[in-house]
Amino acid sequence: MSGRRSRSKQSSVSSITDNQITDLVSKLQHLIPELRRRRFDKVSTSKVLQETCNYIRSLHREVEDLSDRLSQLLASTDGGSDQAAIIRSLLMQ
Amino acid sequence: MMNTPQQVKNPSSSLKSRFITRFLGALTKITAEDPISSSSPTRIFQRYRRIKVASNKSMAYSVRSRRIWSRAMLSRFRSRRSAFSGRRSSVKTTNCTTSPPPALIKVTINEKKTAKGGLDMQTDELRELVPGGEAMDVCNLLDETAHYIKCLTTQVQVMRKIVDFYHLSK
Repeated sequence: MSGRRSRSKQSSVSSITDNQITDLVSKLQHLIPELRRRRFDKVSTSKVLQETCNYIRSLHREVEDLSDRLSQLLASTDGGSDQAAIIRSLLMQ
Repeated sequence: MMNTPQQVKNPSSSLKSRFITRFLGALTKITAEDPISSSSPTRIFQRYRRIKVASNKSMAYSVRSRRIWSRAMLSRFRSRRSAFSGRRSSVKTTNCTTSPPPALIKVTINEKKTAKGGLDMQTDELRELVPGGEAMDVCNLLDETAHYIKCLTTQVQVMRKIVDFYHLSK
């Protein structure tokens, strides 16, 4: 699939159109909890990008925090026998 | 230029279930290789590191080579592993991906000169957060970011459920 060729006012280096970027940015907006409530407002691209970065960072921190908690929990439990039960209960949700 | 259209999810082996299976397998292995009674701070920290890596690895492997970000992450893991296995004295443990080859850097600089110069500056921060982001054009970056976020939220969701499970079973 080819994007529209650039209009005359844009550089000929990039054939990426404004519409494509707008669509992608709005797709991102829907993924970010902070911005999802403002779905019908006009959120600027830079705000979306900024919030995206913040969100990714908070997700990274959550992975670290959950890994930390798991490392403490695993220290005192035997993981092997529970595994089948865990998988079943997790997948059923 | 743009990535492939929406992947059709195979209901019997969704991304989430592949991640769950892999990650739980890794957790079992980590627990088995560690004496349960040992709970020294060092041990726990090492376990934390291994669990975090296992979580990211499990997700990257579940996505495989279908995404730029997962390919970047997998090659990062591979290079880290080979760095450790050989030379122990001069080990690179940097978390950054290596810089893109000169040709790609040139393309990035050209893009900054266009009307989209402002957008490129705004995406700098994002490029550092998404694996492989430095070498992506803006469209790919935004598209990959959306997928990366979906996978991260799945990771977090599953890990939370595992933590809850262990809490309840105590």
